[in-house]
Amino acid sequence: MSDLKSLTLDALHRELGGKMVPFAGYDMPVQYPAGVMKEHQHTRAAAGLFDVSHMGQVILRGESYEEAALALETLIPVNVAGLAEGRQRYGFFTNDQGGILDDLMFANRGDHIFVVVNAACKDQDIALLQNGLPDGVAVEVIEDRALLALQGPEAEAVLATLNPAVADMTFMDVAVLDLNGAECWISRSGYTGEDGYEISVPNEAADAFARALLADERVLPIGLGARDSLRLEAGLCLYGNDIDAGTSPVEAALTWGIQKVRRTGGARAGGFPGADRILTELDSGTDRVRVGLKPQTRAPMRDGVALFASDDAGEDGGDQIGHVTSGGFGPTVGGPVAMGYVPTAHAAPGTVLYGDVRGKRLAVEVVALPFVAANFKR
Amino acid sequence: MKFTEDHEWLIADGNIITVGITEHASTSLGDVVFVELPEVGTEVEKGDEVVVIESVKAASDIEAPVDGEIVEVNSALEDEPGKVNEDPLGAAWFFKVKVADASVIDDYMDEAAYKALVE
Repeated sequence: MSDLKSLTLDALHRELGGKMVPFAGYDMPVQYPAGVMKEHQHTRAAAGLFDVSHMGQVILRGESYEEAALALETLIPVNVAGLAEGRQRYGFFTNDQGGILDDLMFANRGDHIFVVVNAACKDQDIALLQNGLPDGVAVEVIEDRALLALQGPEAEAVLATLNPAVADMTFMDVAVLDLNGAECWISRSGYTGEDGYEISVPNEAADAFARALLADERVLPIGLGARDSLRLEAGLCLYGNDIDAGTSPVEAALTWGIQKVRRTGGARAGGFPGADRILTELDSGTDRVRVGLKPQTRAPMRDGVALFASDDAGEDGGDQIGHVTSGGFGPTVGGPVAMGYVPTAHAAPGTVLYGDVRGKRLAVEVVALPFVAANFKR
Repeated sequence: MKFTEDHEWLIADGNIITVGITEHASTSLGDVVFVELPEVGTEVEKGDEVVVIESVKAASDIEAPVDGEIVEVNSALEDEPGKVNEDPLGAAWFFKVKVADASVIDDYMDEAAYKALVE
Protein backbone atom coordinates (compact mmCIF):
# COMPACT_ATOMS: atom_id res chain seq x y z
CA MET A 1 0.00 0.00 0.00
CA SER A 2 2.86 2.35 -0.78
CA ASP A 3 0.52 4.64 -2.70
CA LEU A 4 -1.56 5.33 0.42
CA LYS A 5 -1.84 9.07 1.00
CA SER A 6 -1.20 10.60 4.40
CA LEU A 7 -3.45 13.17 6.01
CA THR A 8 -1.95 16.54 6.92
CA LEU A 9 -2.57 15.62 10.56
CA ASP A 10 -1.12 12.10 10.26
CA ALA A 11 1.47 12.68 13.00
CA LEU A 12 -1.17 14.05 15.37
CA HIS A 13 -3.40 11.01 14.85
CA ARG A 14 -0.49 8.69 15.67
CA GLU A 15 0.44 10.78 18.70
CA LEU A 16 -3.16 10.46 19.92
CA GLY A 17 -2.92 6.68 19.60
CA GLY A 18 -5.08 6.45 16.49
CA LYS A 19 -5.28 3.00 14.88
CA MET A 20 -4.56 3.75 11.24
CA VAL A 21 -6.27 1.84 8.42
CA PRO A 22 -6.48 2.34 4.65
CA PHE A 23 -9.70 4.12 3.67
CA ALA A 24 -10.50 5.67 0.27
CA GLY A 25 -6.80 5.81 -0.57
CA TYR A 26 -5.78 7.45 2.70
CA ASP A 27 -4.19 6.23 5.89
CA MET A 28 -6.97 7.15 8.34
CA PRO A 29 -7.65 6.72 12.08
CA VAL A 30 -10.44 4.15 12.53
CA GLN A 31 -10.41 4.59 16.30
CA TYR A 32 -8.39 6.02 19.16
CA PRO A 33 -7.67 4.37 22.53
CA ALA A 34 -11.15 5.26 23.86
CA GLY A 35 -12.66 2.84 21.30
CA VAL A 36 -15.62 3.08 18.94
CA MET A 37 -18.31 2.79 21.63
CA LYS A 38 -16.94 5.54 23.88
CA GLU A 39 -16.11 7.77 20.94
CA HIS A 40 -19.67 7.44 19.66
CA GLN A 41 -21.23 8.15 23.05
CA HIS A 42 -18.89 11.05 23.72
CA THR A 43 -19.91 12.70 20.44
CA ARG A 44 -23.59 12.45 21.39
CA ALA A 45 -22.92 13.71 24.93
CA ALA A 46 -20.22 16.38 24.47
CA ALA A 47 -18.07 16.99 21.37
CA GLY A 48 -16.04 14.88 18.95
CA LEU A 49 -13.33 16.02 16.56
CA PHE A 50 -13.19 14.23 13.20
CA ASP A 51 -10.52 14.58 10.52
CA VAL A 52 -12.31 14.37 7.18
CA SER A 53 -9.51 15.88 5.11
CA HIS A 54 -9.73 12.92 2.73
CA MET A 55 -12.87 14.48 1.29
CA GLY A 56 -12.62 16.65 -1.82
CA GLN A 57 -12.93 20.43 -1.56
CA VAL A 58 -13.68 22.27 -4.79
CA ILE A 59 -14.53 25.84 -5.75
CA LEU A 60 -16.67 26.54 -8.82
CA ARG A 61 -16.32 30.06 -10.11
CA GLY A 62 -18.11 31.77 -13.00
CA GLU A 63 -18.82 35.42 -13.78
CA SER A 64 -21.33 35.26 -10.94
CA TYR A 65 -22.72 32.79 -8.40
CA GLU A 66 -25.74 32.36 -10.65
CA GLU A 67 -23.68 31.44 -13.70
CA ALA A 68 -21.81 28.75 -11.75
CA ALA A 69 -25.06 27.63 -10.10
CA LEU A 70 -26.96 27.17 -13.35
CA ALA A 71 -24.00 25.23 -14.72
CA LEU A 72 -23.93 22.91 -11.68
CA GLU A 73 -27.68 22.37 -12.07
CA THR A 74 -26.93 20.53 -15.34
CA LEU A 75 -25.19 17.84 -13.24
CA ILE A 76 -27.43 17.61 -10.16
CA PRO A 77 -31.25 17.58 -9.75
CA VAL A 78 -31.09 20.21 -7.03
CA ASN A 79 -31.95 23.90 -6.74
CA VAL A 80 -28.50 25.51 -6.75
CA ALA A 81 -29.39 28.90 -8.21
CA GLY A 82 -32.06 29.52 -5.58
CA LEU A 83 -29.76 28.92 -2.62
CA ALA A 84 -29.27 32.07 -0.56
CA GLU A 85 -25.82 33.51 0.01
CA GLY A 86 -24.23 32.10 3.15
CA ARG A 87 -26.23 28.86 2.97
CA GLN A 88 -25.30 25.25 2.25
CA ARG A 89 -27.40 22.48 0.69
CA TYR A 90 -27.19 18.70 0.14
CA GLY A 91 -27.17 17.30 -3.38
CA PHE A 92 -26.14 14.38 -5.56
CA PHE A 93 -24.58 13.90 -8.97
CA THR A 94 -26.70 11.65 -11.19
CA ASN A 95 -25.86 9.59 -14.27
CA ASP A 96 -27.85 9.23 -17.49
CA GLN A 97 -29.64 6.19 -16.02
CA GLY A 98 -30.80 8.25 -13.03
CA GLY A 99 -28.39 6.55 -10.62
CA ILE A 100 -26.37 8.46 -8.03
CA LEU A 101 -22.71 9.07 -8.91
CA ASP A 102 -21.93 10.69 -5.55
CA ASP A 103 -23.54 12.88 -2.94
CA LEU A 104 -22.18 16.29 -2.04
CA MET A 105 -22.59 19.47 -0.05
CA PHE A 106 -22.46 22.83 -1.81
CA ALA A 107 -22.56 26.37 -0.48
CA ASN A 108 -23.32 29.79 -1.90
CA ARG A 109 -20.32 31.87 -0.95
CA GLY A 110 -21.37 35.07 -2.68
CA ASP A 111 -19.44 35.02 -5.93
CA HIS A 112 -18.69 31.28 -6.09
CA ILE A 113 -19.81 27.81 -5.02
CA PHE A 114 -17.87 25.77 -2.48
CA VAL A 115 -18.37 22.02 -2.93
CA VAL A 116 -17.39 19.08 -0.70
CA VAL A 117 -17.46 15.58 -2.22
CA ASN A 118 -16.67 12.07 -0.96
CA ALA A 119 -13.06 10.92 -0.89
CA ALA A 120 -13.63 7.71 -2.82
CA CYS A 121 -15.41 9.59 -5.62
CA LYS A 122 -13.45 12.81 -5.75
CA ASP A 123 -11.34 12.06 -8.83
CA GLN A 124 -14.47 11.04 -10.72
CA ASP A 125 -16.38 14.09 -9.45
CA ILE A 126 -13.62 16.53 -10.34
CA ALA A 127 -13.39 15.07 -13.84
CA LEU A 128 -17.19 15.28 -14.11
CA LEU A 129 -17.11 18.96 -13.14
CA GLN A 130 -14.17 19.75 -15.43
CA ASN A 131 -15.77 18.00 -18.40
CA GLY A 132 -19.40 18.75 -17.65
CA LEU A 133 -19.33 22.45 -16.86
CA PRO A 134 -18.95 25.12 -19.56
CA ASP A 135 -15.58 26.80 -20.13
CA GLY A 136 -16.76 29.94 -18.37
CA VAL A 137 -16.95 28.08 -15.05
CA ALA A 138 -13.57 27.37 -13.48
CA VAL A 139 -13.08 24.25 -11.34
CA GLU A 140 -10.54 24.93 -8.63
CA VAL A 141 -9.49 21.89 -6.57
CA ILE A 142 -8.48 22.93 -3.06
CA GLU A 143 -5.37 20.94 -2.07
CA ASP A 144 -3.97 23.22 0.61
CA ARG A 145 -6.69 22.85 3.23
CA ALA A 146 -7.57 20.22 5.80
CA LEU A 147 -11.22 19.54 6.69
CA LEU A 148 -12.20 18.91 10.29
CA ALA A 149 -15.61 18.34 11.85
CA LEU A 150 -16.51 19.21 15.42
CA GLN A 151 -19.77 17.48 16.32
CA GLY A 152 -21.95 17.17 19.37
CA PRO A 153 -24.07 19.21 21.78
CA GLU A 154 -20.98 21.00 23.17
CA ALA A 155 -19.55 21.82 19.72
CA GLU A 156 -20.94 25.34 19.71
CA ALA A 157 -19.62 26.19 23.16
CA VAL A 158 -16.19 24.76 22.36
CA LEU A 159 -15.78 26.46 18.98
CA ALA A 160 -17.12 29.74 20.37
CA THR A 161 -14.09 29.90 22.69
CA LEU A 162 -12.06 30.49 19.50
CA ASN A 163 -14.56 32.88 17.92
CA PRO A 164 -17.95 33.72 19.47
CA ALA A 165 -19.40 34.48 16.01
CA VAL A 166 -19.80 30.75 15.30
CA ALA A 167 -22.70 30.71 17.78
CA ASP A 168 -24.69 33.00 15.50
CA MET A 169 -24.68 30.44 12.69
CA THR A 170 -27.67 28.12 12.33
CA PHE A 171 -27.92 24.68 10.69
CA MET A 172 -26.53 24.77 7.13
CA ASP A 173 -25.16 28.33 7.41
CA VAL A 174 -21.67 28.91 6.06
CA ALA A 175 -19.21 31.66 7.05
CA VAL A 176 -15.57 32.62 6.68
CA LEU A 177 -14.20 33.38 10.13
CA ASP A 178 -10.88 33.60 11.90
CA LEU A 179 -10.31 30.63 14.23
CA ASN A 180 -7.07 30.39 16.18
CA GLY A 181 -5.43 32.91 13.84
CA ALA A 182 -6.36 31.18 10.58
CA GLU A 183 -9.00 31.97 7.96
CA CYS A 184 -11.47 29.11 8.22
CA TRP A 185 -14.37 28.20 5.95
CA ILE A 186 -17.04 27.01 8.33
CA SER A 187 -20.41 25.35 7.85
CA ARG A 188 -22.84 24.41 10.59
CA SER A 189 -23.43 20.84 9.48
CA GLY A 190 -22.07 17.34 9.79
CA TYR A 191 -22.58 13.62 9.40
CA THR A 192 -23.62 12.54 12.87
CA GLY A 193 -27.15 13.88 13.40
CA GLU A 194 -25.72 16.16 16.08
CA ASP A 195 -25.28 19.91 16.02
CA GLY A 196 -21.79 20.87 14.94
CA TYR A 197 -19.47 22.38 12.40
CA GLU A 198 -17.33 21.37 9.46
CA ILE A 199 -14.25 23.54 9.19
CA SER A 200 -11.90 23.93 6.24
CA VAL A 201 -8.59 25.14 7.65
CA PRO A 202 -5.30 25.93 5.86
CA ASN A 203 -2.93 22.94 6.06
CA GLU A 204 -0.25 24.93 7.87
CA ALA A 205 -2.73 25.98 10.58
CA ALA A 206 -4.49 22.61 10.95
CA ASP A 207 -2.29 21.08 13.63
CA ALA A 208 -2.47 24.09 15.97
CA PHE A 209 -6.22 24.37 15.36
CA ALA A 210 -6.86 20.69 16.11
CA ARG A 211 -4.70 20.87 19.23
CA ALA A 212 -6.57 23.98 20.41
CA LEU A 213 -9.84 22.04 20.15
CA LEU A 214 -8.43 18.89 21.76
CA ALA A 215 -7.09 20.96 24.66
CA ASP A 216 -10.71 21.53 25.63
CA GLU A 217 -11.70 18.71 27.96
CA ARG A 218 -15.10 18.46 26.29
CA VAL A 219 -13.46 17.28 23.05
CA LEU A 220 -12.25 13.77 22.14
CA PRO A 221 -10.78 12.72 18.79
CA ILE A 222 -13.16 10.40 16.91
CA GLY A 223 -12.25 7.80 14.28
CA LEU A 224 -13.98 6.37 11.24
CA GLY A 225 -15.60 3.58 13.28
CA ALA A 226 -17.74 5.92 15.36
CA ARG A 227 -18.28 8.19 12.36
CA ASP A 228 -20.03 5.24 10.71
CA SER A 229 -22.18 4.25 13.69
CA LEU A 230 -23.16 7.89 14.28
CA ARG A 231 -24.25 8.47 10.69
CA LEU A 232 -26.09 5.14 10.61
CA GLU A 233 -28.13 6.03 13.70
CA ALA A 234 -28.82 9.42 12.06
CA GLY A 235 -30.18 7.58 8.99
CA LEU A 236 -27.62 9.21 6.69
CA CYS A 237 -26.49 7.44 3.53
CA LEU A 238 -22.96 6.17 2.99
CA TYR A 239 -22.04 6.43 -0.68
CA GLY A 240 -21.08 3.01 -2.04
CA ASN A 241 -23.26 1.22 0.52
CA ASP A 242 -26.69 2.87 0.72
CA ILE A 243 -26.54 4.76 -2.57
CA ASP A 244 -24.59 4.06 -5.73
CA ALA A 245 -24.71 4.36 -9.52
CA GLY A 246 -27.51 1.76 -9.61
CA THR A 247 -29.83 3.48 -7.12
CA SER A 248 -31.93 6.50 -8.00
CA PRO A 249 -32.56 9.33 -5.53
CA VAL A 250 -36.24 8.33 -5.41
CA GLU A 251 -35.39 4.73 -4.52
CA ALA A 252 -32.93 6.07 -1.96
CA ALA A 253 -35.70 8.13 -0.28
CA LEU A 254 -33.77 11.31 -1.01
CA THR A 255 -36.66 13.05 -2.79
CA TRP A 256 -36.48 15.83 -0.16
CA GLY A 257 -33.20 16.79 -1.86
CA ILE A 258 -34.95 17.52 -5.18
CA GLN A 259 -36.70 20.88 -4.83
CA LYS A 260 -39.94 21.71 -6.67
CA VAL A 261 -38.20 24.06 -9.09
CA ARG A 262 -36.35 21.07 -10.63
CA ARG A 263 -39.41 18.79 -10.76
CA THR A 264 -42.06 18.51 -13.47
CA GLY A 265 -43.90 21.84 -13.62
CA GLY A 266 -41.04 23.71 -11.94
CA ALA A 267 -39.35 26.75 -13.53
CA ARG A 268 -36.13 24.77 -14.13
CA ALA A 269 -37.60 21.27 -14.34
CA GLY A 270 -35.28 18.54 -15.58
CA GLY A 271 -32.07 19.39 -17.38
CA PHE A 272 -29.93 17.02 -15.28
CA PRO A 273 -28.61 13.54 -16.14
CA GLY A 274 -31.25 10.83 -15.77
CA ALA A 275 -34.09 13.38 -15.58
CA ASP A 276 -36.49 11.13 -17.52
CA ARG A 277 -36.29 8.35 -14.96
CA ILE A 278 -36.08 10.54 -11.87
CA LEU A 279 -39.01 12.81 -12.82
CA THR A 280 -41.13 9.78 -13.74
CA GLU A 281 -40.30 8.10 -10.43
CA LEU A 282 -41.19 11.25 -8.51
CA ASP A 283 -44.68 11.00 -10.00
CA SER A 284 -45.27 7.24 -10.07
CA GLY A 285 -42.99 5.88 -7.37
CA THR A 286 -40.48 3.04 -7.49
CA ASP A 287 -40.57 -0.71 -7.00
CA ARG A 288 -38.13 -0.58 -4.11
CA VAL A 289 -37.11 1.98 -1.53
CA ARG A 290 -34.50 2.53 1.17
CA VAL A 291 -35.88 2.04 4.69
CA GLY A 292 -34.69 1.86 8.27
CA LEU A 293 -34.44 -1.68 9.65
CA LYS A 294 -34.48 -2.58 13.34
CA PRO A 295 -33.33 -6.16 14.00
CA GLN A 296 -35.57 -7.72 16.65
CA THR A 297 -32.79 -9.77 18.27
CA ARG A 298 -29.41 -8.61 19.51
CA ALA A 299 -27.63 -9.97 16.43
CA PRO A 300 -26.38 -7.18 14.16
CA MET A 301 -27.42 -7.38 10.50
CA ARG A 302 -24.60 -6.04 8.44
CA ASP A 303 -24.28 -4.88 4.88
CA GLY A 304 -25.22 -7.67 2.45
CA VAL A 305 -27.69 -9.54 4.70
CA ALA A 306 -30.50 -10.92 2.50
CA LEU A 307 -34.09 -10.02 3.45
CA PHE A 308 -37.13 -12.27 3.09
CA ALA A 309 -40.87 -11.89 3.69
CA SER A 310 -41.08 -15.24 5.47
CA ASP A 311 -39.17 -16.81 8.33
CA ASP A 312 -39.43 -20.17 6.55
CA ALA A 313 -35.97 -20.98 5.22
CA GLY A 314 -37.38 -23.99 3.32
CA GLU A 315 -38.76 -24.19 -0.21
CA ASP A 316 -41.96 -22.38 0.74
CA GLY A 317 -40.08 -19.43 2.21
CA GLY A 318 -40.06 -17.46 -1.01
CA ASP A 319 -37.32 -15.56 -2.79
CA GLN A 320 -35.10 -12.89 -1.38
CA ILE A 321 -36.95 -9.55 -1.53
CA GLY A 322 -34.29 -7.09 -0.42
CA HIS A 323 -30.99 -6.61 1.33
CA VAL A 324 -29.23 -4.63 4.03
CA THR A 325 -26.88 -1.90 2.75
CA SER A 326 -25.53 -0.66 6.10
CA GLY A 327 -25.85 -2.23 9.49
CA GLY A 328 -24.19 -2.67 12.82
CA PHE A 329 -24.55 -1.86 16.46
CA GLY A 330 -25.98 1.52 17.44
CA PRO A 331 -24.41 2.53 20.74
CA THR A 332 -27.02 5.24 21.45
CA VAL A 333 -29.89 2.95 20.46
CA GLY A 334 -28.27 0.20 22.53
CA GLY A 335 -28.87 -2.46 19.91
CA PRO A 336 -28.44 -3.33 16.26
CA VAL A 337 -29.59 -0.88 13.57
CA ALA A 338 -29.57 -1.14 9.79
CA MET A 339 -30.76 0.33 6.52
CA GLY A 340 -31.56 -1.43 3.30
CA TYR A 341 -33.72 -1.72 0.21
CA VAL A 342 -37.08 -3.49 0.26
CA PRO A 343 -40.02 -3.67 -2.18
CA THR A 344 -42.34 -0.69 -1.78
CA ALA A 345 -45.12 -3.09 -0.79
CA HIS A 346 -43.05 -4.11 2.25
CA ALA A 347 -41.78 -0.65 3.14
CA ALA A 348 -44.42 0.53 5.62
CA PRO A 349 -43.05 1.06 9.15
CA GLY A 350 -44.08 -1.85 11.32
CA THR A 351 -43.65 -4.43 8.56
CA VAL A 352 -41.74 -7.44 9.86
CA LEU A 353 -39.21 -9.03 7.51
CA TYR A 354 -36.54 -11.66 8.08
CA GLY A 355 -32.82 -11.30 7.59
CA ASP A 356 -30.59 -14.29 6.89
CA VAL A 357 -27.85 -14.21 9.53
CA ARG A 358 -25.53 -17.22 9.34
CA GLY A 359 -28.33 -19.37 7.94
CA LYS A 360 -30.99 -18.32 10.45
CA ARG A 361 -33.89 -16.07 9.52
CA LEU A 362 -34.10 -13.43 12.23
CA ALA A 363 -36.96 -10.91 12.49
CA VAL A 364 -36.27 -7.31 11.51
CA GLU A 365 -38.83 -4.51 11.58
CA VAL A 366 -39.12 -1.73 9.02
CA VAL A 367 -38.89 1.56 10.92
CA ALA A 368 -38.87 5.26 10.14
CA LEU A 369 -35.46 6.92 10.00
CA PRO A 370 -33.56 8.29 11.83
CA PHE A 371 -32.93 5.94 14.77
CA VAL A 372 -31.71 8.87 16.86
CA ALA A 373 -33.47 12.22 16.43
CA ALA A 374 -31.40 14.99 14.89
CA ASN A 375 -30.14 17.65 17.29
CA PHE A 376 -29.55 20.54 14.88
CA LYS A 377 -29.65 24.24 15.72
CA ARG A 378 -32.26 25.46 13.26
CA MET B 1 -3.85 -22.08 31.80
CA LYS B 2 -3.08 -22.93 28.16
CA PHE B 3 -3.38 -20.79 25.05
CA THR B 4 -4.18 -21.43 21.37
CA GLU B 5 -2.85 -19.60 18.34
CA ASP B 6 -6.42 -18.35 17.86
CA HIS B 7 -6.09 -16.40 21.12
CA GLU B 8 -8.27 -18.66 23.24
CA TRP B 9 -7.40 -19.61 26.79
CA LEU B 10 -8.15 -23.06 28.24
CA ILE B 11 -8.34 -24.21 31.85
CA ALA B 12 -8.76 -27.87 32.76
CA ASP B 13 -10.68 -29.00 35.84
CA GLY B 14 -10.66 -32.79 35.71
CA ASN B 15 -11.89 -33.55 32.19
CA ILE B 16 -13.90 -30.30 31.86
CA ILE B 17 -12.14 -27.59 29.83
CA THR B 18 -13.28 -23.97 30.23
CA VAL B 19 -12.69 -21.80 27.14
CA GLY B 20 -12.42 -18.01 26.81
CA ILE B 21 -10.52 -15.47 24.76
CA THR B 22 -7.40 -13.59 25.77
CA GLU B 23 -7.03 -9.93 26.65
CA HIS B 24 -5.13 -9.50 23.38
CA ALA B 25 -8.09 -10.92 21.43
CA SER B 26 -10.69 -8.86 23.25
CA THR B 27 -8.69 -5.68 22.67
CA SER B 28 -8.25 -6.43 18.95
CA LEU B 29 -11.95 -7.18 18.54
CA GLY B 30 -13.00 -3.86 20.03
CA ASP B 31 -16.24 -3.37 21.94
CA VAL B 32 -18.17 -6.66 21.84
CA VAL B 33 -21.90 -6.14 21.23
CA PHE B 34 -23.23 -9.65 20.56
CA VAL B 35 -22.36 -13.20 21.57
CA GLU B 36 -24.02 -16.35 20.21
CA LEU B 37 -23.29 -19.48 22.24
CA PRO B 38 -23.66 -23.16 21.34
CA GLU B 39 -26.38 -25.32 22.88
CA VAL B 40 -25.52 -27.42 25.90
CA GLY B 41 -25.23 -31.03 24.82
CA THR B 42 -23.73 -30.28 21.42
CA GLU B 43 -20.95 -32.64 20.40
CA VAL B 44 -18.17 -30.59 18.86
CA GLU B 45 -15.01 -31.42 16.98
CA LYS B 46 -11.81 -29.45 17.16
CA GLY B 47 -12.05 -26.64 14.60
CA ASP B 48 -15.86 -26.37 14.64
CA GLU B 49 -17.12 -22.80 14.85
CA VAL B 50 -18.98 -22.85 18.15
CA VAL B 51 -19.31 -19.20 19.21
CA VAL B 52 -20.04 -16.06 17.18
CA ILE B 53 -18.71 -12.80 18.58
CA GLU B 54 -19.69 -9.50 17.01
CA SER B 55 -17.91 -6.31 17.91
CA VAL B 56 -18.65 -2.79 16.75
CA LYS B 57 -16.27 -3.59 13.89
CA ALA B 58 -17.04 -7.09 12.62
CA ALA B 59 -18.19 -10.63 13.29
CA SER B 60 -15.72 -13.37 14.22
CA ASP B 61 -15.84 -16.96 15.46
CA ILE B 62 -14.40 -19.02 18.24
CA GLU B 63 -13.46 -22.52 17.19
CA ALA B 64 -13.66 -25.54 19.47
CA PRO B 65 -10.06 -26.16 20.57
CA VAL B 66 -10.76 -29.83 21.38
CA ASP B 67 -13.24 -32.63 20.60
CA GLY B 68 -15.93 -33.07 23.23
CA GLU B 69 -19.41 -32.24 24.50
CA ILE B 70 -20.53 -28.73 25.46
CA VAL B 71 -21.67 -29.12 29.07
CA GLU B 72 -22.18 -25.50 30.12
CA VAL B 73 -22.33 -22.06 28.44
CA ASN B 74 -22.01 -18.59 29.95
CA SER B 75 -25.50 -17.28 29.11
CA ALA B 76 -24.78 -14.03 30.95
CA LEU B 77 -22.72 -12.95 27.92
CA GLU B 78 -25.84 -12.89 25.76
CA ASP B 79 -27.26 -10.08 27.87
CA GLU B 80 -23.96 -8.43 28.74
CA PRO B 81 -21.57 -8.98 25.82
CA GLY B 82 -19.44 -6.07 27.10
CA LYS B 83 -18.08 -8.42 29.79
CA VAL B 84 -15.84 -9.87 27.08
CA ASN B 85 -13.96 -6.57 27.08
CA GLU B 86 -14.14 -5.98 30.84
CA ASP B 87 -13.02 -9.34 32.13
CA PRO B 88 -11.97 -11.65 29.28
CA LEU B 89 -9.89 -13.92 31.51
CA GLY B 90 -12.50 -14.24 34.24
CA ALA B 91 -16.24 -13.54 34.12
CA ALA B 92 -16.34 -13.75 30.32
CA TRP B 93 -15.58 -17.43 29.84
CA PHE B 94 -17.64 -18.76 26.91
CA PHE B 95 -18.26 -22.47 27.35
CA LYS B 96 -17.17 -25.64 29.11
CA VAL B 97 -16.44 -28.74 27.09
CA LYS B 98 -16.14 -32.25 28.47
CA VAL B 99 -13.27 -34.19 26.94
CA ALA B 100 -12.28 -37.83 27.12
CA ASP B 101 -8.81 -37.00 28.32
CA ALA B 102 -7.69 -33.57 29.60
CA SER B 103 -4.17 -34.17 28.39
CA VAL B 104 -5.36 -33.10 24.90
CA ILE B 105 -4.63 -29.52 25.92
CA ASP B 106 -1.04 -30.23 26.94
CA ASP B 107 0.22 -29.47 23.45
CA TYR B 108 -1.14 -25.91 23.54
CA MET B 109 1.09 -22.99 24.52
CA ASP B 110 1.88 -22.03 28.06
CA GLU B 111 1.66 -18.40 29.12
CA ALA B 112 5.29 -17.60 28.27
CA ALA B 113 4.96 -19.03 24.76
CA TYR B 114 1.69 -17.17 24.20
CA LYS B 115 3.19 -13.88 25.39
CA ALA B 116 6.03 -14.38 22.95
CA LEU B 117 3.47 -14.91 20.16
CA VAL B 118 1.55 -11.70 20.74
CA GLU B 119 4.45 -9.41 21.58
